[in-house]
Amino acid sequence: MLVNQFLILGAVLFCIGVYGVIARRNAVMVLMSIELILNSVNLNLLAFALRNGSVDGHVFALYIITVAAAEVGVGLALVLLVYRNRKSIGLEELSEMKG
Amino acid sequence: MLSSLLAAAPWTAPVVDYHGLAPEIVVALGLCVVLLVDLFLAERSKWLLASLTGFTLLGAFIPILTLALDDAGVRSLFDGRYVIDDFSLILKGLFLLAGYVVVLLSTTYIEEGEYYQGEYWVLMLASILGMMMMTSSRDLVSVFVALEFLSIPAYMLAAWRKRDAKSNEAGVKYFLLGVFASAVMLYGMSLLYGVTNSTLLTDIGASISGELTAVRILAIVFIVVGFAFKVSAVPFHTWAPDTYEGAPTPVTAFLSVASKAAGFVALVTVLYVAVPGGSDVWQPLIWVLAVLTMTVGNVLALRQTNIVRMLAYSSISQGGFILMPLAVAAEGGAGEAVLRSVVTYLIVYAATNLGTFAVILAVSRKTRSGEISSFGGLFSYAPGLGVVMTIFLGSLAGIPPLGGWIGKFSAFQAVLEAGTGWAYAIAIVGAVNSVVAFGYYGNVMREIWMRPAPDGDTTPIRTPAPLVLALSITTIATLALGVLPGVALHFGDLATFASGLGG
Repeated sequence: MLVNQFLILGAVLFCIGVYGVIARRNAVMVLMSIELILNSVNLNLLAFALRNGSVDGHVFALYIITVAAAEVGVGLALVLLVYRNRKSIGLEELSEMKG
Repeated sequence: MLSSLLAAAPWTAPVVDYHGLAPEIVVALGLCVVLLVDLFLAERSKWLLASLTGFTLLGAFIPILTLALDDAGVRSLFDGRYVIDDFSLILKGLFLLAGYVVVLLSTTYIEEGEYYQGEYWVLMLASILGMMMMTSSRDLVSVFVALEFLSIPAYMLAAWRKRDAKSNEAGVKYFLLGVFASAVMLYGMSLLYGVTNSTLLTDIGASISGELTAVRILAIVFIVVGFAFKVSAVPFHTWAPDTYEGAPTPVTAFLSVASKAAGFVALVTVLYVAVPGGSDVWQPLIWVLAVLTMTVGNVLALRQTNIVRMLAYSSISQGGFILMPLAVAAEGGAGEAVLRSVVTYLIVYAATNLGTFAVILAVSRKTRSGEISSFGGLFSYAPGLGVVMTIFLGSLAGIPPLGGWIGKFSAFQAVLEAGTGWAYAIAIVGAVNSVVAFGYYGNVMREIWMRPAPDGDTTPIRTPAPLVLALSITTIATLALGVLPGVALHFGDLATFASGLGG
């Protein structure tokens, strides 16, 4: 059934996203990886909604898209703040505090 | 597509119980008023916004009281997706009061800073509104929306001091890890929806039972890990110390009390209502998280020299104590006792920790320092502050008859009620940790009572009126909860909610 392929695609995207969050050292790349995870969730929800024949999954996906937009807005604003103060968005340089 | 969907399920407008929603409505209206009034206020009368925010929070407390005195029982809105019961009312009251104390803590801090004020209050009200929604949410969608509603303003509050590199760093770290955690949690939620075909927590709870398939186990693990980030459980705590140290101090108080409590509320709701049948998966997971959280938080707190950072690790370790009874929540008839202990601990911890931050704010107005050594000789030049700080630290350490002792007592009682080998093991770890915790709390007490003031500077501290009020509220609450343990335990008595676990 086609639903399985969607779920596998979702799982692959999720893994790529998690790898990106852990391995990338650039704030914008990390943000993009998080977006990948959120979109894998959306794919999952739509595939399940298709299989189960209920609208709940569609509704959930719409909410996730909306909230993700708000999140990215705040995230880019924060990255911009860091860039203004440090002229860099490298996460390894964010180490003012330790211990 | 849309028309076929509509034809399949004819839509009727749901009946909205406005009395049940009144606390949220008051806060939402107050939020809009603060936002609009800010536009028309002259710079010198911005202090009005703090009072407006405070009055909004106190105003929202009135419908909470009328709902609590009302005998209508559990109010269930939108097909059971939004529920107003004892559990949600008590925690809404806790969030409103904690929010009010944070407003008192912020008033002078924000006025003396050179940053905009209006947005600060709007963001804080928005975050509190999200927390209130969280207590009533009984659906995966509304749990997620409430969680983001309370987190997104908190990210911005953490980065409030825009030109300060530390505050930026605090905001970015909190944001990236917080969003990552909710993304992981969402993946778990999507799997949960897939296997149960519902987003309603009670429906999910009904379909998850018996033998667990791999997908169900994965779903539960992802959701618990997502919440573990929110409540800063070790090993998902790395953001917490940096965020707490870098954020403005009143915001740190807000994050370490209200935001953390909201994470626990969400965790408890999902565990008790949605996946009680999966306790074979989450009990061991939370057991390990609780042991690690208590121990690592304590050990790292011992070597801190900055008081806010020490409190960050102390708050991580206190989170471990709240997690501890949850690790045995489904054993025997422990469900109800565990729920009571979590709620009691949250109430007591909120009063005590907010009080500690109030003292730190008052002292740092004079010393301009966050080092523990700056508390040297506090008793000699500010005896009042020295005594209340000792009360709060003693309460955090769990010395009877202070509030913190009741929290710890009910947590251990719930664990021992479960009575299994795992329960006794975690109780021993908890007991050792509460002894270790005396080390760092006692260190601050020693500075206050026995060391001389740094540089011999013994000019008295002028404490502004809002801080005095905040200190009085938290001191009275800490003492009263300890001397009259019935009060907190009564509030934590939630038999109806615990029935999900057969407690």
